[in-house]
Parts: sequence; structure tokens; C-alpha cells
Amino acid sequence: MSKITLIKPKKTFSFEDIKELWKYRELAYFFVWRDIKVKYKQTFVGISWAIFQPFVAMVVFSVFFGTLAKMPSDGIPYPIFVYSGLLFWQFFSSALSETSNSLVGNAGIITKVYFPRLILPISGVVTKFVDFGIASLILVGLMFYYNITPSPIILLILPLLLLITFIAAMGGGLFLASINVKYRDVRYVLPYFIQMLLFVTPVIYPASIAGKWSFLLALNPMTGVIKASRAALFGTEPINWELLGISLIAVLILLAIGIIFFKKTERYFADIV
Amino acid sequence: MTNSIEIKNIGKKYNITHQRGSYVSLRDVITNILKNPFKHAKHKAKQILGKIENEEFWALKDINLTIKKGEIIGIIGANGAGKSTLLKLLSRITPPTTGEIKLSGRVASLLEVGTGFHPELTGRENIFLNGAILGMTKKEIVERFDDIVEFSGVKQFLDTPVKRYSSGMYVRLAFAVAAHMEPDILIVDEVLAVGDAEFQKKSLGKLDEVSKSEGRTILFVSHNMAAIQKLCKKTILLEKGRIEMFGDTEKVVDHYVTKIGSRGTEMRWEKNETPGDDVAILHSARIINENRDKIPFATANQKIGVEFVYEVLKDGYIPIPNIHIFTPTGERAFMSHEEYDKKLGAVGKHRTTMWIPENLLNDGTYVAQIVVSTMKPLRIHLSQQEALVFSVVEDIMNSQKNDFNQKVPGVVRPRLKWETVQF
Repeated sequence: MSKITLIKPKKTFSFEDIKELWKYRELAYFFVWRDIKVKYKQTFVGISWAIFQPFVAMVVFSVFFGTLAKMPSDGIPYPIFVYSGLLFWQFFSSALSETSNSLVGNAGIITKVYFPRLILPISGVVTKFVDFGIASLILVGLMFYYNITPSPIILLILPLLLLITFIAAMGGGLFLASINVKYRDVRYVLPYFIQMLLFVTPVIYPASIAGKWSFLLALNPMTGVIKASRAALFGTEPINWELLGISLIAVLILLAIGIIFFKKTERYFADIV
Repeated sequence: MTNSIEIKNIGKKYNITHQRGSYVSLRDVITNILKNPFKHAKHKAKQILGKIENEEFWALKDINLTIKKGEIIGIIGANGAGKSTLLKLLSRITPPTTGEIKLSGRVASLLEVGTGFHPELTGRENIFLNGAILGMTKKEIVERFDDIVEFSGVKQFLDTPVKRYSSGMYVRLAFAVAAHMEPDILIVDEVLAVGDAEFQKKSLGKLDEVSKSEGRTILFVSHNMAAIQKLCKKTILLEKGRIEMFGDTEKVVDHYVTKIGSRGTEMRWEKNETPGDDVAILHSARIINENRDKIPFATANQKIGVEFVYEVLKDGYIPIPNIHIFTPTGERAFMSHEEYDKKLGAVGKHRTTMWIPENLLNDGTYVAQIVVSTMKPLRIHLSQQEALVFSVVEDIMNSQKNDFNQKVPGVVRPRLKWETVQF
């Protein structure tokens, strides 16, 4: 006999799960392919949407915070300062909301076919990398415009920053996805929650603005990511490796909590929709 | 032969709150806590100490089954008997509460055709996506792609987004993908209920063909006894979450059909279980004769009245009563409805009777579904399947079979006017 499947009352987590995820990687690939295909089907609209969102946000923030409110920006032109933050922020916030919706939004498939449910949030976040890539083109343009040469270390640190953002969005998103299943009105609160998060992350202002309270900002893993990206791009300060390390540990803990909640919810999810 | 599926002691428990498919809203929870903090704390404490018994419901209990490789098994039972739950457990959509299932070989479940179809994607793209969701590898899909397209018959629309497909094309394409899965164990829910008659025939044929090919095990749930009888050698009858009977399809179907038959020719629904919505509810139903007396069964040469009492609760609708008559195998014999009339919208109780003329129904068992619905816009206020079950028997004393001394075939057996002349 080729293969035996055992079905038992489920445990919360086992190492089998990881093996299984690997086995279903092709499906994850198909989900990513689907999302990208649907989004960029009309290539022009798709790409311009990916660029439009952060670009407009940059223009608005530059006008109001940069020009009118004279927000400090560590001596870097404000538009490029805010855009570098927005780039990671958009990636984080869109991945977070995508993940939070991954169970409820895919109820149709979940109640009809079996596959490891973690595939859904993972492929959802992976899709956001494409948006990130496209939106980065604007940053490159801005760098040329303002004649800023980034330190080559950015190439080294970028994968790490993306990884931390990825894990942060996954961890938080998985947790929210489980709550979303139980309390279906959470999804209405979510956009406001994400908007609030923007203001406790140094996207539109430099972390230095918080003065002696900046350690509070450091609790937010996205602070480390955005600070490090600016440090590498503009060379205004040395990269704070310690902060990055703490962020990495923090997001890993967040991810563990997220997975535990998610696995617990996924067990009875098909029963309550 | 080796065992393909071994089910040991399987049970599935739902908490009633879960089972109702409802979810709590955070808003309500917070309001409750703020309004009555002490009560809430007490409730929680009791819950933790186990003082409160959760309302439990075993959708399946003590299921033990062994299915051999290559067997085609039908699963039947009334609504809520646990058929869908069993399929969901077998296809791993929801885990069992107790017990263990061992499946040997590749499993594919088809609880719906077209799961995961994306309307924006083309037919070609959806074949790949749906195939992957059903568990095929990319390589397998590529290999079978031409067969799938051939079977679906939508070749010229392959590069059109499926949102532009007619529903028939959509179903055909979706079934074509599913039909080419080639698993060792195939679990099929009532998916064949969709689509037109020709498609149903084609897909049943395909299932038949699949089942005949080497060593494929199939579990097939259906309300259509005819389909079950055609496809399955053995059948499981589920009743209230337990296996009531497992054996030869003929015997099991027979047992099930007579059992529904004993349901009776009179039904009353108590206050809190009346079928219906906020517009119309069903109180009672019965089978009557011309004198409006309740009858235990009808004879073929007698007028049969299907009477029911319903109540209109709200103004502003014109609910039309209608009745669907089915054979026990699930085929619809006919449906009929009351004529549109403004009076039907009056709030209050209504008694309605559909008269089936004498010599229309053949002898046999019939199942009446009672429906009350507003036609424009279509809204079904109440729908009670298997509301009444009644048998029509030949009046021996007054037989019309004459020298044709066996059952006349057919669902209906009308007395039609014939003219025969010799010339």
C-alpha cells in the first residue's frame, strides 16, 4: 500500500504539521499564483495600484507633516524619509490584514477540502512581496532624484528586515485570524486598529522624536525594522543590531503565540461556519 | 482483499452553540460583561469548575466500519442523520472527537464541484487551481489536461474567465476536473444534484466507470435511491448518528423506504418547532379523503387530499402554498400550487388542500414536501421535506388492473381516454 492516512482527534501541534506543510507546498504555490494572477491580470491597473497607494500616502504625508508641520526627519528629505518607512509599513499592514482574514475569507474552501490551513496565510503574505517589490521601484527613483547612495549593507540587511516583517505580520495575523473566527465583528475594528498601529511606529516621524521614551517604541518590532532600513539607506546612524535581534526574538514569540491560537481555532473552524 | 478504510469507534461531538453555526460577537460579550460583571464571573467560575453542563450533541457515535479495497459504498439517511459529518471526518475537514480512522492510499473528497474556482480566472487557469486544491500535482494536471478539456466540452471557452460561463458550463468544467483525480479512495457528496439531466447522466456514468476500474474505493452519499441502487453494492444507513444498517443495497434501501413510510399521514408541529420564518409557519398537515377525514393510506381509485394548516404572521407578502410530491427514491413526481390571490396574504391561519384526482398516482409510497413561498421576489418562508408520507394501494375489491395482474410501471398511472376502432 502506498500511503496510509490516520485520522485522530487532533493535537494542537506536532512536528508532522511541518512535514505536511512541505508536502503541500505546491498548493501554496498555486494560491500565490492565483492571487498574483488575479491582481495583476490587468497588468497596468495592477501595477499602478501597487505603486499608487504608497505614493499617494507619501505625497500627502510630505505635504502635511513634512512641509506644513515641519516634522523632523533626521536631516533626510522628508518624502524619501517617509517613503522608506511606508514601504515596510504597507507590506506589514497589508500582510497583517490579509492574514487576519485568511480563515474567514476562505471559508468556502476550508469547509470542502482538506489541506494544512497554514498554507492560506503563508501564501497570502508571500503575495504581498510582489507588491513590495513593485513599490520599491519608487524608492529607487527617489534615491536617484535626491542623489542618495545607500550603503551596500542594505542588500545584506534587506532579507533580514523582510523576514522580521514577514514573521511579525504572520504572528499577529494568525492571532487575529483566530479571534476573527470567534468574534466575527472583529474584522470591522481591524482597519482602525491597523491605522492606530501606524502612529506607534516611526513611519511618519523619526524614532528619535520620542526622546527618553523611545524604548517604548522599541517594543514594536516594526520600529527596529524601519530604523534599520533607514540606517542602511541613508547612513544617518549605525545599524542597531541589538534592537534588530530583540525584534527578531519578539516576532518569533509572537509567531509562536499566533500559531498556537491558529491551530486551536482551525480544529473547530469548519464546524462553526 | 485488503482493507481500504477502517473506522474504529468514531464519534463527533458538537456543543449546541457551535452546531448552530452561530458565532458570538465581541460587542455582545463586552456588553454582557459590563452590564453584569458578577454574573459573568460566577458563570465563568462555574464553567471552569465543571458545574455547568454544556449542551452536547453527538452527531456521530460509535461508528465502526471496515471497507475493503474496491468497494462502492452508498450512504443514506434522513437529514441530520450524520451523513455529512461522516464525510467531513473522512475528508479531514473536521477532526473526530473520539476514535480513529485509517485510510490506505490516496484520498480525494468531492463535497462540492468547483471548490476554489475563481471567477476572474480563465477555464484553463481554473483547471490548474481546482486540480491543485483537490490534491493533484501539477504534473498530473498537465498529463490529464486534454482529457479534462475533452470531458468538459468547453474547449472553445478555455481562455474565457469563468465568470462569463453559463452555470451549466461551469459545473461541467468543475466536474471534469474532479472526475480525473484518480485517487484510491473517492468520497463523493451529493454533488450530482447540480446540473441538467444530461450532465447528471454523464457524471453518474463516469462514476460508474471509475468504480469499475481497478481497485477504486468509493463512498457515495445521496438522497437519490435510484443512483445509490445503480452504483453501490453495499449501503450504510445512518440514523441519529449511528449505523442503523449496513449491508446489501437492496435490503438497506428497502428498509429505509418502509421506515419513512411509517412516518404517517398526519403531522403536527408544536409551538417552538414549527417550520417557517417570520412570515409564515406550518402548524399541521394530513392526508384526507373526500369527506375530509384523515386516512392511514389511500386507494388508487380515491380522491386524495393533502391538507395543511399554516399561519401568515406578517402583512405585505402573498405567500403561496405549494406541495411537491416525491417518490421514495427522491424523484419528483410533480408539484402544484395554489393560484395567486391577494386573500392569501391575510394575516392569520389558513387551511389549504391540494386534491389529487383519483387514478393518478400509481400504487406505492409517496413523500410530500410542503412549501410556502412568495413568488416575487422569490422567498421561501417554509419548506418541510418529508412532511407527510403516504401509500397508495390498489383497491382489491375494485381493482382496475383486471387481467393485467401485476404492478403497472410508472410513477403515475392515469386513467386516460382511449379510442380503438376496428375497421
